[in-house]
Amino acid sequence: MATYLSEEKIKTLEKKARDIRETIIRMLVSAGSGHTAGPLGMTDVFTTLYFHTLNHNPENPDWKDRDRLVLSNGHIVPVQYATMAHAGYFPIEECLTLRKFSSRLQGHPEREKLPGLETTSGPLGSGLSQASGMAYGAKMDGKKFRVYCLMSDAEQQAGNIWEAAMFAGANKLGNLIGIIDRNNIQINGMTEDIMPLEPLRKKYEAFGWHIIDVDGHNMEEIADACEKARAIYEKPTLIIAHTIPGKGIPEIEFDFTWHGKPPNSKEAEAFIKDIRSMRGAVSCGDTD
Amino acid sequence: MLNKDTHLNPHIFSDDIERAPTRDGFGRGAVEAGKENENVVVVCADLADSTRAQWFKDEFPKRYIEIGVAEQNLATVASGLSAVGKIPFITSYAAFNPGRNYEQIRTTIALNNRPVKVCGMHAGVSVGPDGATHQMLEDIGLMRMLPHMVVVVPADAEEARKATFEASKNDRPTYLRFGREKTPTMTTAETPFEIGKAYYMWSDPNKTPDATIIGIGSLLYGALEAAHTLSKEGIAVDVINSHTVKPLDVETIVEAGKRSGAIVTVEEHQAHGGFGSLVAETMATHHPLPIEMVAVQDKFGQSGSPEELLKHYQLDKDAIVSAVRKVVKRK
Ligand SMILES: Cc1ncc(C[n+]2csc(CCOP(=O)(O)OP(=O)(O)O)c2C)c(N)n1
Ligand SMILES: [Mg+2]
Repeated sequence: MATYLSEEKIKTLEKKARDIRETIIRMLVSAGSGHTAGPLGMTDVFTTLYFHTLNHNPENPDWKDRDRLVLSNGHIVPVQYATMAHAGYFPIEECLTLRKFSSRLQGHPEREKLPGLETTSGPLGSGLSQASGMAYGAKMDGKKFRVYCLMSDAEQQAGNIWEAAMFAGANKLGNLIGIIDRNNIQINGMTEDIMPLEPLRKKYEAFGWHIIDVDGHNMEEIADACEKARAIYEKPTLIIAHTIPGKGIPEIEFDFTWHGKPPNSKEAEAFIKDIRSMRGAVSCGDTD
Repeated sequence: MLNKDTHLNPHIFSDDIERAPTRDGFGRGAVEAGKENENVVVVCADLADSTRAQWFKDEFPKRYIEIGVAEQNLATVASGLSAVGKIPFITSYAAFNPGRNYEQIRTTIALNNRPVKVCGMHAGVSVGPDGATHQMLEDIGLMRMLPHMVVVVPADAEEARKATFEASKNDRPTYLRFGREKTPTMTTAETPFEIGKAYYMWSDPNKTPDATIIGIGSLLYGALEAAHTLSKEGIAVDVINSHTVKPLDVETIVEAGKRSGAIVTVEEHQAHGGFGSLVAETMATHHPLPIEMVAVQDKFGQSGSPEELLKHYQLDKDAIVSAVRKVVKRK
């Protein structure tokens, strides 16, 4: 069961996150297509979840009482695949089959293809409703597991999200934790220029949620927020993870044009050097 | 042989035939339509570059409307725009438009009979590595079932340009389907295009055909290659481009079926409910005959390169050749 993070554990997790970022770059190069900014931005959240917070068992992915992790913004799945591989769900080498014909690692996650995925996604906006259904069902059966729903910020523009937010608030789904990758970018530009989301916190509050803002690159804050959410019994919790798209590679950080393209092999060499030199660079705004 | 009357690209079988994605044709056609009629607007859901909506935005920034990641809103806002005299082209991937917003299209565009142009991009398995979620294979079925809806599937970028331009003038709810990948440009500016009118791409006036291939979209290139190959073996086939799925050019298709006595349909879509089903429905009432469908057989797509997937799902030239051989045997 998750608790607070020790200094030492944070060091181990930071090392893990660097390895995972490196794997992400390698898999994107091998695929020749795919998304770079989102996966790198969410690596610290995924690392904290899979290596600290989640109650799960890579050897038995179908374990009935596992915590559920629903990835709503399926396009960032390279970070989930890489983290799962490093956590022991499947061999790390398999990551290099991403997006290739007959691979289990589909371009967007497909539940039936890979054990450990809770749902199929890619089309944005439908994860929170599914997670709410899981949380509701768990409550009906008195189950103790928790449901984590990872979302992007731009998918908050989809109506389905707010239908779910209303349902979860109305039903006081205290076992549901939404985590938004608040990286401020989407495909056509910055979210606040395309279709503003702010005040995001107030919107969810109005729907009956408990909100925690965190630095999405500070593992201690991420872990603490998940821990606090356990104590909020009467409301679903939303963790707004403020992240830097492309985190770890200064030349692409904050650049929305890296939403949906992979590095070529030459760029990748430089990127991996950047990642390896990331030491303790975990606080938001800190570009190493 | 190539039908001379339709002025197809004379270099059609050369290796360096010009290639362009049909979405480029949309981009150019929308700009032309915008120049012709100031009521034309383009509505975008955070995919300006990949849908080519950006090209319209560059030309007419005030007539470009950004909705964000909200395809249900995309369709319904467009219905409202059309209610006050605009001609909206609504753009996203076919998986979301009309995949995500089907009921909104059904009620507020089709039933309301509003001239909204639903533009579904990145259709079919040829999207490639993105995988099944993004490979829309059911859109033609969804759209052709709707009363009032016109459905057009252009064969190449040039035809896509014409279809987009024509759709801006037809005053009807219209679905236009486009692809992501570069595909051969088979037609030219001189090739006639009229919504609702199918035409022969390949035919030998001196021979009664053994079978007719009737296709839609970029797979027609494989159909032409198949016809070319089969002609060398003494099997004569006609190839018809039936770009307008709805209203189907029943006269041309029934006539063709009567001439050859066997039909092969070709589409990058599910066999169930798609274009082949439509041809089968039509022939069953007018002139029953053997039909083979080159289409996806009740499966979802998956990640892979476009070529790998077209081969795997048996949508390429080889599959069309086998389908012709099979249908001829069934006569
Ligand atoms: C329903 C739906 N509409 C459109 C898309 C295409 N699309 C993929 S990602 C994206 C938005 C990108 O912004 P965000 O979700 O914030 O992801 P980030 O770039 O920050 O990783 C869009 C519009 C989609 N996947 N699903
Ligand atoms: Mg974002």
